[in-house]
Amino acid sequence: MSVLLALILTPAVAGCCVFAWNSRRGRRAILLLAATAHLSLTGWLWWQRPVVSPHGWLGVDAVGLLFLTIASVLFFAAAVYSGGYLRDEQQSRHVDIEEGFLFFNEPEAVFVGCLLMFLAAMTLVTLSQHFGLLWVGVEATTLATAPLIYFHRHHRSLEATWKYLLICSVGIALALLGNFLLAVAASNARTGHAALIVYSLQQHASQLHGPWLKVAFLFFLVGYGTKMGLAPMHTWLPDAHSESPSPVSALLSGALLNCAFLGILRLHQLCVAAGHGDFSRPLLILFGLVSVLVAAVFLLRQADFKRMLAYSSVEHMGILALGVGLGGVGVFGSLLHAVNHSLTKAALFLVAGNILAAYATKSTRDVRGIRQVLPITGVLWLAGFLAITGSPPFGMFLSEFTILKAALDQQHYVVAVLYLILLGLIFIAMANLVLPMTQGEALNGGQPQTQKRGEPLWSIGPSAALLALTLTLGLWIPTWLGNVLDEAAGGFQAVATPIATVATALEPLPR
Amino acid sequence: MFELAGLSGILPAVFALLFAPLLLGLINRTKAVVGGRCGPPMLQPYHDLRKLLGKGAVYSRTTSWVFRAGPIVTLAATVAAALLVPLGPWGAPFHFAGDLVLFAYLLGLARFFTVAAALDAGSSFEGMGGSREVFFATLAEPPLLLGLVAVAKASVGNANWFDLTGMHQHVSGALWQDAGLVLLFVAVALFLVLLAECSRIPVDDPNTHLELTMIHEVMVLDHSGPDFAFILYGAALKLWLLSALIVSVVVPRMSQPWLDLAVSLGSVLALAVVVGVVESSMARLRLVRVPQLLVGAGVLAVLALVLEAHT
Amino acid sequence: MPSSISEFILVVVMLTNLALLGMSRIRTSIRTVAIQGMMLGLLPLFISGHGLTLPLLVIAVGSFALKGIVFPWWLMRTLQAANAQREVSPVVGPSASTALGALLIVFSFWLGSRFELPPTVPLVSRLALPVAVALLLSGLFVIVTRRQALMQVLGYLVLENGVFVFGLALAHQEPLLVEMGILLDVFVAVFVMGIAVFHIAREFDHIDVEKLSELRD
Repeated sequence: MSVLLALILTPAVAGCCVFAWNSRRGRRAILLLAATAHLSLTGWLWWQRPVVSPHGWLGVDAVGLLFLTIASVLFFAAAVYSGGYLRDEQQSRHVDIEEGFLFFNEPEAVFVGCLLMFLAAMTLVTLSQHFGLLWVGVEATTLATAPLIYFHRHHRSLEATWKYLLICSVGIALALLGNFLLAVAASNARTGHAALIVYSLQQHASQLHGPWLKVAFLFFLVGYGTKMGLAPMHTWLPDAHSESPSPVSALLSGALLNCAFLGILRLHQLCVAAGHGDFSRPLLILFGLVSVLVAAVFLLRQADFKRMLAYSSVEHMGILALGVGLGGVGVFGSLLHAVNHSLTKAALFLVAGNILAAYATKSTRDVRGIRQVLPITGVLWLAGFLAITGSPPFGMFLSEFTILKAALDQQHYVVAVLYLILLGLIFIAMANLVLPMTQGEALNGGQPQTQKRGEPLWSIGPSAALLALTLTLGLWIPTWLGNVLDEAAGGFQAVATPIATVATALEPLPR
Repeated sequence: MFELAGLSGILPAVFALLFAPLLLGLINRTKAVVGGRCGPPMLQPYHDLRKLLGKGAVYSRTTSWVFRAGPIVTLAATVAAALLVPLGPWGAPFHFAGDLVLFAYLLGLARFFTVAAALDAGSSFEGMGGSREVFFATLAEPPLLLGLVAVAKASVGNANWFDLTGMHQHVSGALWQDAGLVLLFVAVALFLVLLAECSRIPVDDPNTHLELTMIHEVMVLDHSGPDFAFILYGAALKLWLLSALIVSVVVPRMSQPWLDLAVSLGSVLALAVVVGVVESSMARLRLVRVPQLLVGAGVLAVLALVLEAHT
Repeated sequence: MPSSISEFILVVVMLTNLALLGMSRIRTSIRTVAIQGMMLGLLPLFISGHGLTLPLLVIAVGSFALKGIVFPWWLMRTLQAANAQREVSPVVGPSASTALGALLIVFSFWLGSRFELPPTVPLVSRLALPVAVALLLSGLFVIVTRRQALMQVLGYLVLENGVFVFGLALAHQEPLLVEMGILLDVFVAVFVMGIAVFHIAREFDHIDVEKLSELRD
């Protein structure tokens, strides 16, 4: 229990210190220290996982541990990247790359402090076993990230910040209503005062009042789905993820969306336990497919590579929802997909930050010949593209394939066909954008900084490490990870799916 | 089924016909007192009527029979409406299920003929007044009907709907305890309707002579002599009827008949004083704001109806 | 008797809701939402059938202070600092908004009558559920149809008020910690939104969000 409190309080306290600290180096050092401490504590949890107490408000179950680890690893990578990024952005005045006006940056103390608060809030979400506390955490993440998006102080990022604040706050208010509806559904169970604890609700699942539970799920799906980026509530996502600085985009896409999904996951688990899985699953499949469809449509004519990555996040959130909605082995696939997507997307955003710094433009048409100008970045960009679109041997292939298998298992043939077509479309769209960027001759004008900066280790190290991780996961899932994934997926159905069935999925079909 | 009460049943109508102009005088007196003046005598409207009846009328050559019929039909319809409104311990001379609809539409008939006579004069000036009057009347009708339906449901329940006298007899202290908020909302909504229908500030200024601000005044510009007397008397009677309507659905019945009568009459006069005070303390609203006021009254009436239907 | 006081409070809240829809100036809108917040602060004191408990008292005081005093003060300050246009420029006019508000109320009452509460939940007032739904829908309506960023913040506050009434209506007491957490979150949200509005006013010289449309596909 004390470990859990330490996990939440370490970044929070560090954040408060940073607000008051005056030295730049000191702040960045605190950031790195806090990230390291958080990562080590998370690693300790893997080694010695405390049992989830039936009435505790904080606890580590399998799903929570998974998402916490993702957040921690990504934060460490972003912290390393941020050190160098902030050094680059240190000068006080900047020229806007698109319109040429002058603007200022946010004070660095606010940026680093809010980053740490963001980590604390995400930790709270993943460790919370009480639905109300989970809500408080998700709302706290919205508030902590708003200043982060407004780092470059100009009108575009302000517009993105306003949309993000308003749309996500409205969505989360609807999720709060879902909480109250859940409380009504749970009042039957007579579980006493602290009624909204996940464990006790699971125990009394059969006594939950059906109609109210279903309405609660609907509000959770719409409310937390807004935060997660499911279409049609995703409208804030492309703006916010493209206007924020690269390390922040990486964290938003890779860690925050997962945390929002956690809320939906927990209630879906409850619905399945209460016997209403047939209501929640089709809804998840529907929202999932719509998200992938919307992402595919908007990717086809995209001209900005950060927005491209943002729409790709929408697509993958849709796939997550689809996998869980399909059930069976799809849940396993979905959770594996969450891990892979986070690693890959974070790596891609960090690489995109490098490209942006070197080429001073966000337009895909103006960037050419990355492999010539920044060789390692070019390789990473290409590898990242292959990973995110689901090519083997990267991990995403495995998880997307598992979800496909789940669709075929459940005989949702239409869903499977649509899924494949849309994935194909997205591959084509992104290839159309990414490949010309990496190949070709570098244009002569517009790269004054390229020679100056080169490719420092902090800018390529984190992304390379993350991509290496996802490559490893594509070839081999370590047993400790596989066990946790199995345990997490097992919560969603009567029979747990062992890893063996995933391995058999990879064997060639008998002729 | 009609029910003609005994001789005492006709007293509400008699009170209305006799004392209507007194209300006008009372309003004017109140405005004067609030303004620190002495003001005209309270019986001044009676003197004005007598003076006008003695004068001759002038008819324009461009008008037709509609112009001559207008004031007469207006007065006749208003007097007919007077037969439907109860007062004090007595029910109305005529009452039957649905009579509140007849009441509303008798007033509507009166308004229609006033407007028709105004249009008949052929001047665009009167047409302007007519169009404004009709527009505001359209907006004032929902609050009137919905408010009365709400009170009907609250007081009588499902039996004998739309019967003004029935509603009147069931208003009591117990009803206020039960559905006090409903009655309050309906009272406010009907008061706003009264201000609109009787062309009082803040909807229309009865003393104005500015073209752009007239509504009722401008429609009756061309009438003179006895016609104008009929119109003036009809306006006073309409004011009395709407006040009596509000009093009948709001003021609870007393145990003694004479007490009941005193309280009801007193309430009508008090309502006139309230109108006077409102007129003195507010300026006339901009014309674009008047629909908002009336929609607000309508919404209050809807709220009252919904509260009543729900609880 | 307590039930009739709580019904009276709920009716006043509904009236403030309708008034907000018909307002045409931002200052009076902020004051109307302040009155709504104060009324909602008083509501927990009268709504419980079990009498006054410490959590209820804390929630009542907290809500009254935050929603009735702190938020309106903060928003007024932002309005002045932003030096923005004082007129609400709505997409749907005041009369139409008020009429729609009445329709929303009718719809909420209809919806309220369709709710079938499980027997173990006491409904403290028959009005509470419809008022909650009406507040929710009006809050969403204000966010969608009002162009000024401050009006959108007010719409968000009304939405939160609706969820608050919903929670109170079902006599469900979230543990005090969670209630405090919710209040704190809403406080910080309004705080941050106020800062954002100030920045928008400074950056754009207006707070008309219809004109914030540069980022699009």
